[in-house]
Amino acid sequence: MSLISPEFKLIADWIEPTSHVLDLGCGDGTLLNYLQSTRQTRGYGMEIDPQKNIQAMMNGINVIQSNLDGQDLINYFDPNSFDYVIMTQALQVVRRPDILLDHMLTIGKQIIVTFPNFGHWKMRAQLLLKGRMPETDTLPYHWYDTPNIHLCTFNDFEDLCEEKDIEVVARSVVNNQHQSNLGIRLMPNLMGEVALYKVQRK
Amino acid sequence: MTESIGIVTPKTFKVDQPLQLVSGAVLPQFELVYETYGELNSDASNAVLICHALSGDHHVAGYHQDSDKPGWWNDYIGPNKPIDTNKLYVVCSNNLGSCRGSTGPTTLNPETGQVYGSDFPIITCRDWVNSQNLLRQHLGIEQWAAIVGGSMGGMQVMQWAIDYPNSLRHAVVIAAAPKLSAQNIAFNEVARRAIMTDPDFHEGRFIDVGTTPKGGLALARMLGHLTYLSDDMMGAKFGRELRSESLKYSFDVEFQVESYLRYQGEKFATKQNFDANTYLLMTKALDYFDPAAEFDNDLSQAFAQTQAKFLVVSFTSDWRFSPARSREIVRALLDNDLDVSYAEVESEHGHDAFLLPNTHYEGIFRAYMQRVIKEASQ
Repeated sequence: MSLISPEFKLIADWIEPTSHVLDLGCGDGTLLNYLQSTRQTRGYGMEIDPQKNIQAMMNGINVIQSNLDGQDLINYFDPNSFDYVIMTQALQVVRRPDILLDHMLTIGKQIIVTFPNFGHWKMRAQLLLKGRMPETDTLPYHWYDTPNIHLCTFNDFEDLCEEKDIEVVARSVVNNQHQSNLGIRLMPNLMGEVALYKVQRK
Repeated sequence: MTESIGIVTPKTFKVDQPLQLVSGAVLPQFELVYETYGELNSDASNAVLICHALSGDHHVAGYHQDSDKPGWWNDYIGPNKPIDTNKLYVVCSNNLGSCRGSTGPTTLNPETGQVYGSDFPIITCRDWVNSQNLLRQHLGIEQWAAIVGGSMGGMQVMQWAIDYPNSLRHAVVIAAAPKLSAQNIAFNEVARRAIMTDPDFHEGRFIDVGTTPKGGLALARMLGHLTYLSDDMMGAKFGRELRSESLKYSFDVEFQVESYLRYQGEKFATKQNFDANTYLLMTKALDYFDPAAEFDNDLSQAFAQTQAKFLVVSFTSDWRFSPARSREIVRALLDNDLDVSYAEVESEHGHDAFLLPNTHYEGIFRAYMQRVIKEASQ
């Protein structure tokens, strides 16, 4: 199992003990396993990758192989089935993040998402000064092989929440070591590299 | 996956008490033939039951003396294989109504002294599970560590989880469906008509007459085979390849795929000597399987009392029991907040994929059975 990332620790802080949790794009199940042992949660992971499915199963996770671009969430689960639906670093790879958000908010009372910020100054600088698509530690891909097809900035995401009547319950903006600092607190969209959002229907 | 269990010998479990069947009929006494592999541990917590599919039997792994034909799931059961016989005690019983040793249409009816033939009563999935449950008690097993089955075997697994919720910890349902579709039943009906309209069928009393409806049975098997394979797999294996160099413009076998199907059908009816009445019984049991029926057609309700944890597996090119059918099962299990994992394995081999080597399938199966083993040894 991978080491517990600072991001997962931050997420665990937001989870009430013994909650019912669904983790979308659960990978090898590290987060769910961590939540099960530290927060006594129960629930399921969903993951499309066969290899990661096997790893998640080895980690003792209930994993349902599924494609988040489909209708699986609402086909499998009734409204309000989960206390939390979590998706870490995957919003940007799905075909319609807006529709997925709706589905997550249907089956979950609260949702927690994390994603990289395309508004970070390094991105802006590369595009502005070099005239090239940015490649950074947070987003280490070429424009042609990136799985990230719907990158957004924190401002973009919050605009979408506004439009959809989604309330931001909590937000944590950090650098790529998952630390916060004064700059990030003052200018999150310019200085923050990763954001964790906890949101719910208004 | 080179290791095998080696030589195995079937055993027989005799029951002298009557078995009440779902149809209302009663079997005054019966026998179940079964095989076991590995060792039952001291607290009998490592026993795994394997349920076989339509034309399968109790010979699931290893070899019989004087035979080089391995059991039908030899790829997945044995030392260090996903169902690891170093750790687990594996039991596979031959279904009632079979022609491979358990009481069925080819065995003697104690009341008449003649073979049962068409007098053998209609059997359902629930009857199989009830008879397997007697075997469980006979073997001194309070709770199966897991029950595992593919296709018709997967249906028995579900029936077990519904009817005997405390008698199993894990349920592994592979390439199955919660009930047959109209199309599935239609295929079965055509297969049965092929058998029953064969002039050698003699209304099911063909053993008394000394014949077998080979032609009808072969046809039934050809049809069955078609539904087990995928279009892609047949295309890749045979394409439109011809038997000889030029077309003859006759009704002889022209294409390789025709030759293959005829061979499979004939092999089943003659070499394997499969009993036609058994084929009728097994397909009918499939048709009847519908655990949701007595729960207002609500599959979620059918699983409401279930305690087992589930692994459900489907195969992408399986059109007989497609992944969508497995997702119906998953959905019903999720409705009950049960522990469930689901894998949709990429394969071009159609329904037959559940019997064949496949890296993803093996990985999932192994990972899940590791969990079963871990719990059994605690």
